[in-house]
Amino acid sequence: MDKKTPLYDRHVALGGTIVPFGGFLLPVQYKTGVLMEHNTVREHVGIFDVSHMGEALLSGPDALANLNAILTNSFDSMKTGACRYTIMLYPDGGCVDDLIVYRRGEDSFLLVLNASNTDKDVAWIREHLTGDVTFENISDKVAQIAVQGPETKAVMAGLADLEALPRKYYSFKEHVTVAGCDCLVSRTGYTGEFGYEIYTAKENAETVWNALLEKGAMPCGLGARDTLRLEAGMPLYGHEISETIDPVTAGLGFAIKMDKPFIGREALLAKGEPTMTRVGLRVTGRGIIREHQDIYQGDVKVGNTTSGTFCPFLKVACAMAYVEKDKAVPGTPVEVEVRGRRVACEVTALPFYNRAKA
Amino acid sequence: MTFPKNLKYTETHEWVEEIGDGRVRVGITDYAQDQLGDLVYVTMPEEGDEVTEGQSFAEVESVKAVSEVNSPVTGTIAVVNEELAETPEAINDTPYEAWFVELSDVEMPDNLMDADEYQDFVEAEA
Repeated sequence: MDKKTPLYDRHVALGGTIVPFGGFLLPVQYKTGVLMEHNTVREHVGIFDVSHMGEALLSGPDALANLNAILTNSFDSMKTGACRYTIMLYPDGGCVDDLIVYRRGEDSFLLVLNASNTDKDVAWIREHLTGDVTFENISDKVAQIAVQGPETKAVMAGLADLEALPRKYYSFKEHVTVAGCDCLVSRTGYTGEFGYEIYTAKENAETVWNALLEKGAMPCGLGARDTLRLEAGMPLYGHEISETIDPVTAGLGFAIKMDKPFIGREALLAKGEPTMTRVGLRVTGRGIIREHQDIYQGDVKVGNTTSGTFCPFLKVACAMAYVEKDKAVPGTPVEVEVRGRRVACEVTALPFYNRAKA
Repeated sequence: MTFPKNLKYTETHEWVEEIGDGRVRVGITDYAQDQLGDLVYVTMPEEGDEVTEGQSFAEVESVKAVSEVNSPVTGTIAVVNEELAETPEAINDTPYEAWFVELSDVEMPDNLMDADEYQDFVEAEA
């Protein structure tokens, strides 16, 4: 039985097309459509209900040591108020999930997990915890709303004290009042734009959502969330990383600290240099390429795609893919087999889209 | 949602317009485009291709998915609307003007729905 987020009734009232995703009923789009929603986030500001994401609290004297042991990144140097992206591995080097760790204090952390993996992640972490720690899954109590786009600050200005908001990318502030509600606000997102993610008690969800709408933010669905993250070259669990794709191959080495022990480290060492690497593909011929399609140079298969769509802002069909390392040079011509037909593409660097920074 | 009276309809949400001389134009309905969402790509057949009633002759793609367009009739592709291939959004904007192909040597099958029947069919499906 799929769950409803605290904003489900609002999505229905706003004309959202509801689909099951990660165990939740969520809008894939509203009447505005994916193209309009996507481009509004690139040029103005949009809001997303991401309450399906999982949240868990880890605290206690041994919390830090546990994170360092269970996750690939190191949290030693992390300051209170910082966010850090990390991977959680199985002993064989496959990914349990990718997640963001928020440091709330010396011994207190918030973990933000993918919706479809939350139960699995919580069980995995619980199984591997040692020492003096408290671990609590608070996913059902917390709503999360992402506000993304270049006009984010203009929308937030009427609802919160801008000075109280986090400044640096991948930082956060607790107890920020947004539309009269107590919120945790982070400078994070999954769109490639400037923006915030707002966490609040589920009872506050409608108040915050409605206030953002009233200030002119456009409600956006899962469809735009996916095309925005793809255009921004961001990996998605189940596509670019998975139980069978390790994070080194995925190009996420920045989130792996090999100079400390963690679950999966030995497997990564044993694998050595990966033979495949993650790249972008841009269609130069005609057609749209999707996930799970084979990539060729002549008769030789050189890789496969993991996500693909028509990128609404760049107005070109793009995909993320794994190719053999010597084929990863930008400009390399390849062909993708789409329902028995070959579509001409070229390898490109990621991300496809980079926002102009002020 | 509109259901022009001069068209015939299929259960797979294509429309067909008789234009005389055993020729027809084919497109997808307002309901179909609404269900598919913003369309961004169309794969067209070649002129001269033979198509069979109920078989796929083109594909439409949204950002999320690809869908087949079935021919309501058996016939020969006489004209491909190349302009539509360049502007797939026209299918969303004006679905009954956005014809995909013109077919010749067509005999109209008698199982197609008229506008009222199709409207009932859509309302039952929704």
